[in-house]
Amino acid sequence: MPQYTEKVIDHFMHPRNVGEIENPDGVSTITNPACGDTMMLQVKITGNVISEAKWRTLGCSVAIATSSIASEMMTGMKLEEAEKLSNKAIADALGGLPRVKMHCSVLAADALKDALKDFYTKHPDKKPYTVAK
Amino acid sequence: MADGKVIYMDHAATTALHPEVLEAMTPYFSQLYHNPSSIYGPAQLARKGLDEAREGVASVLSSRPAEVVFTSGGTESDNSALKGAAMALKQMGNHILISSIEHHAVLHTCHWLEKLGFETTLLSVDKYGLVNPDDVAKAITDKTVLVSVMYANNEIGTVEPISDISKAVRARAKVLNRSIIMHTDAVQAAGYLDLNVDKLGVDMLSLSSHKFYGPKGAGVLYIRRGTPFTAQEMGGTQERNRRAGTENMPGIVGTAAALKRAERSREANVKHVQALRDQMIAGIEDTISRVRLNGHPTKRLPNNVNFSFEMVEGESTLVNMDMLGVCASSGSACTTASAEPSHVLIAIGQAMDIARGALRLTLGEENTKEDVAYVLSVLPGVIERLRAMAPVK
Ligand SMILES: Cc1ncc(COP(=O)(O)O)c(C=O)c1O
Ligand code: FES
Repeated sequence: MPQYTEKVIDHFMHPRNVGEIENPDGVSTITNPACGDTMMLQVKITGNVISEAKWRTLGCSVAIATSSIASEMMTGMKLEEAEKLSNKAIADALGGLPRVKMHCSVLAADALKDALKDFYTKHPDKKPYTVAK
Repeated sequence: MADGKVIYMDHAATTALHPEVLEAMTPYFSQLYHNPSSIYGPAQLARKGLDEAREGVASVLSSRPAEVVFTSGGTESDNSALKGAAMALKQMGNHILISSIEHHAVLHTCHWLEKLGFETTLLSVDKYGLVNPDDVAKAITDKTVLVSVMYANNEIGTVEPISDISKAVRARAKVLNRSIIMHTDAVQAAGYLDLNVDKLGVDMLSLSSHKFYGPKGAGVLYIRRGTPFTAQEMGGTQERNRRAGTENMPGIVGTAAALKRAERSREANVKHVQALRDQMIAGIEDTISRVRLNGHPTKRLPNNVNFSFEMVEGESTLVNMDMLGVCASSGSACTTASAEPSHVLIAIGQAMDIARGALRLTLGEENTKEDVAYVLSVLPGVIERLRAMAPVK
């Protein structure tokens, strides 16, 4: 199917890291205001690194593919790096997205920021000094 | 499918040109290329082809040949019908009545007419998508000039009671002593329903050839004799001054060939696709939970299946089915790029989150029982897989 890259199809058909984490350190459930699609993300944090990420998504194929690849990308990432993971970087990792579907990649990027915020709220001491605002 | 075969179940979007239609069209590309308006001998053959095509279409509509206007398709026919009638009657009133589930070719034309001072009333439909003729009568005012209700809906397949609506319009027009033009968009009805314009009681009717195994970019606007109409294409005198421009001869000949063929095989084809439709609907209802059939259980196009699945995004279902070799749609082809829920599903009262989960399978001549069985063998697994990924159950 030419509309999406092979990577998008691969992650949509064989999504990685679907599910929940027992005792997660950061959680987020967010909805894309543009379409109402929803993603739930849970992360486990070991030291200052995301050691595990699990998700569930009710959304289009691109929302599912970006959830999947983003969970792979964030796993092993330092927190300050993860803070900066952009939807553009996620889309690029999938080999690009059609312009009309770019908004779908925002879901995973926002869920990650939100899950980290949840973690910092529970553990203010772990907040890296690099983070502004 | 495992053997790489692709099952096409999106006939409401378009159909493949039938070989018989292609054969009829072929001479008009280069052999009979002459302009039918020209005076010399060879052009008379083109003229003859044009006249015969018009007679062919008229025979299916039970109209006069002169009432048939060839256009570039359903979109142009709808645009011309609405603009042409509104412009012609603008001294008489500025009110237009349409259903809330019309195709965008009608909806957007009305929005445009609103900028010119027209007012549109959108008639609401019931939970099956049916327009009530009494509602039409009640909504007609002493400013109404035009009523447009589609014969069959492209998404949910609901068949509207056009002849009853026409009767209601005529009755009100008589009481108010004014002329009100009745138009129907029959783009999805062709090949499945009776197109007799007198039985339907309409003044104008739109067709699009590629929906009945004819060529794309060709269609028909039927305009009943005496109907006020202002041409929307200006230039030459073609189509009796109702549509200027050198005729698209292959398209016109193909339109006639396809329409005659569709009418000839209508009964058999309806029987064929209806059996498949019923097999599909029963199969989905039996094997998948939390589903809802959109549209009317019986007053629906014989080839239309449209289901909403709770907790599934329609686009995901489509992409997954595509991977399994099935071409389907989540509504109209034009809205699949956008994430917006369909205005048709919203109009029949679906909640936003369910409206996004729709799957439309529209069957055609070449589909078989085995095709349906294949879809039924994979679809439950697709829905289950997607639901298993969703955050809330
Ligand atoms: C009900 C209806 N009206 C109008 C149209 C427009 O036809 P076309 O795209 O051939 O111009 C369509 C096609 O999708 C349709 O389904
Ligand atoms: S359409 Fe909603 S995330 Fe893609």
